[in-house]
Amino acid sequence: MLQRRPALGPSMLDDVAIRVRQNVGIVTAVLLFCVLYVLYNLAHPKGFSSAVLVQNGDEIFALAMLAMAQTVPVLASGLDLSVGAVMTMVGCFASYLLTGTAGGTPLHLDLFGLHLFLGTFPGDISGILLGIVVCLAIGALAGFVNGCVVVYGRIQPIIATLATGAVYIGIALFLRPTPGGKIDEDLNWALTNSLGDFAATVHIFDDGAAGWFAPVAWIPVPFVLLVLIALLVWVPFRRSVLGRAVYAVGSAEGAAYMSGLPVDRAKIAAFTLAGFFAGCGGLFLAIQTSSGNADIPQAGAYTLNSIASVVIGGTSLLGGTGSAIGSIFGAMILRVISFFFRIFDIAPLLQPLFEGLILLAAVSIGALGVLRVRNTLELFR
Amino acid sequence: MTSASLSLSRDDRPILIAALFILVILVAGTVYTFARFGSAPLLSPTYLLQQLQIGAFLGIVAAGMMVVILIAQIDLSVPWTLAAAAMMATSIGGPLAIPVGLGIGLLVGLVNGIGVAYLRVPSMIFTLGVNAVMRGLMVAHTGGYAPQTAATDLMRTLAADRTLGIPNALFVWAAVSVLVAVMLQRTALGRYIYAIGNKEAAAYLAGVDTRRVTVICFVICGVAAALAGVLLAGYSTKAYQGMGDAYLLPSIAAVVIGGTNILGGRGRYLGTLIGVVLIVLLNSVLSIMDMPEAGRQVIYGLVIIFMLLVYGRGERVTS
Repeated sequence: MLQRRPALGPSMLDDVAIRVRQNVGIVTAVLLFCVLYVLYNLAHPKGFSSAVLVQNGDEIFALAMLAMAQTVPVLASGLDLSVGAVMTMVGCFASYLLTGTAGGTPLHLDLFGLHLFLGTFPGDISGILLGIVVCLAIGALAGFVNGCVVVYGRIQPIIATLATGAVYIGIALFLRPTPGGKIDEDLNWALTNSLGDFAATVHIFDDGAAGWFAPVAWIPVPFVLLVLIALLVWVPFRRSVLGRAVYAVGSAEGAAYMSGLPVDRAKIAAFTLAGFFAGCGGLFLAIQTSSGNADIPQAGAYTLNSIASVVIGGTSLLGGTGSAIGSIFGAMILRVISFFFRIFDIAPLLQPLFEGLILLAAVSIGALGVLRVRNTLELFR
Repeated sequence: MTSASLSLSRDDRPILIAALFILVILVAGTVYTFARFGSAPLLSPTYLLQQLQIGAFLGIVAAGMMVVILIAQIDLSVPWTLAAAAMMATSIGGPLAIPVGLGIGLLVGLVNGIGVAYLRVPSMIFTLGVNAVMRGLMVAHTGGYAPQTAATDLMRTLAADRTLGIPNALFVWAAVSVLVAVMLQRTALGRYIYAIGNKEAAAYLAGVDTRRVTVICFVICGVAAALAGVLLAGYSTKAYQGMGDAYLLPSIAAVVIGGTNILGGRGRYLGTLIGVVLIVLLNSVLSIMDMPEAGRQVIYGLVIIFMLLVYGRGERVTS
């Protein structure tokens, strides 16, 4: 370990310069997003307004969570092809547990002709909070199962999660053969609007009318949730021993093992955290759409977009470098690009083509560095 | 481990176990149909041939996918390469239909190969982008609807007709299989492919133009997907949106169940063949059982995990 020099004058600038160089992918993603988003708001007739922000926040949240979910296994040089499936499954559970029906929701289980009554799930505020916890726990459990299959089954992550993803989609289809269910209206309203609406719905801060609260009342709740999850879950994890072990496993698993790092636990933790993040995304999607839908193409699209977000956000698919924060920006860049289609009135039929071309262009420009490589051997990492 | 399995080579064990599992599926399915309907359709050659005819499309896609997986890459552009080849072949029509369809596959494979081999973009993301572009092109071309154009007579003959009671699609699959198997086992290119999958830097130092071989592998995969698309369009008399979506994950699963290492460098073509048959039979038994989609997905996932737990386990990285 290098001793850190005292942060004074030029040495501090050096420190910043080194950090920027180490995180050039993330910095590029953040700058690109800022430029795109300002342009978008300038071009939008109602740009820079709370309404636009709220709408964008709702559209971004689920993909941003899935991008975070995908990042953690990728950092450990695994890939999780089940994030979309976990999202879908958790959404289907949420459509049963978060109905908010007065008197509670009776839960039945029909399996192989058996009809079981599981009990009544409370419908008041405690029931909703409990439902949220249960949904997130289901997501984390699915991720934990992935981790165990990868670590103890010693099956390659990409193929293991392909298989478990099929199982999770099966469970989602079992729960919701057709789209349906319902989500408490207040919950939907509180989480998919601005902080002011949230305060008014849950009756805090004088229903959101308190004077000191006004300057922040315009902020969309999804953004707040995103920042909270990043600060309260991702940052502590990254700084923990397990988080560092995830990075170490991704850059050199053998070296990590020889150094005595908890390799197995790091991998399981990475997949569990991925399941948790994917669960957050699924929960929000269900709340936002007020229903559960076992939509297989949608699950696939979210999984693939999460991989794209991770790459655009500056995380190497080889593992070991990058950050979930970068992936959030990667996801936001992907989404903002589709916002532009609405503004500039691009024919809907041409939109998939542009999305594909932009993705290809982004990764190809990022790869142009290989043309400067002098020693061909360096290419074969 | 018993002495019988010790005498088998590392690459043969998965093939044998997968073949045994096929027998288990056949027996279990037959017991079920006999108990429920008093008949045994799974043992009738007509039914099996019909199932294999449907399996031929998956088999051809899997053959191409295997070549790419052997060099430790993956091709996610298969779904829309397949659909694009089918759509262009039907819209061109006439004697040029099949060459144009295969040409689409060749072109896509070339782009994939250049991106992966020369730009060094991870294949996972590059082929994903190419898939999106192909989808975009086809949506713009067809307007998002199923194209009205029909498959040519030759396409229908190749995919849907029979010769001497055997579906022609099986002959095409057999021809592709022979080509790929011979290429992998008897040619220098095949040796290069396994070498690159094991260690690209070593293959390069040994004098292999690894980047050109990578491009060739992606071209093979693209053309195989295009051929499957052309045949599928002939089988269903026309092309339709999303016709390739059902082929991506099953083809990867078939290759892996057949004992090919997803990290490249190891695996035999016979295994892929067995893997395809296993997946096709599993699907047909589940549909005979009237299994709802939910149960199918769960069983499908569990079978993949089970097979890999039996013989696909990796080794611990300890140094």
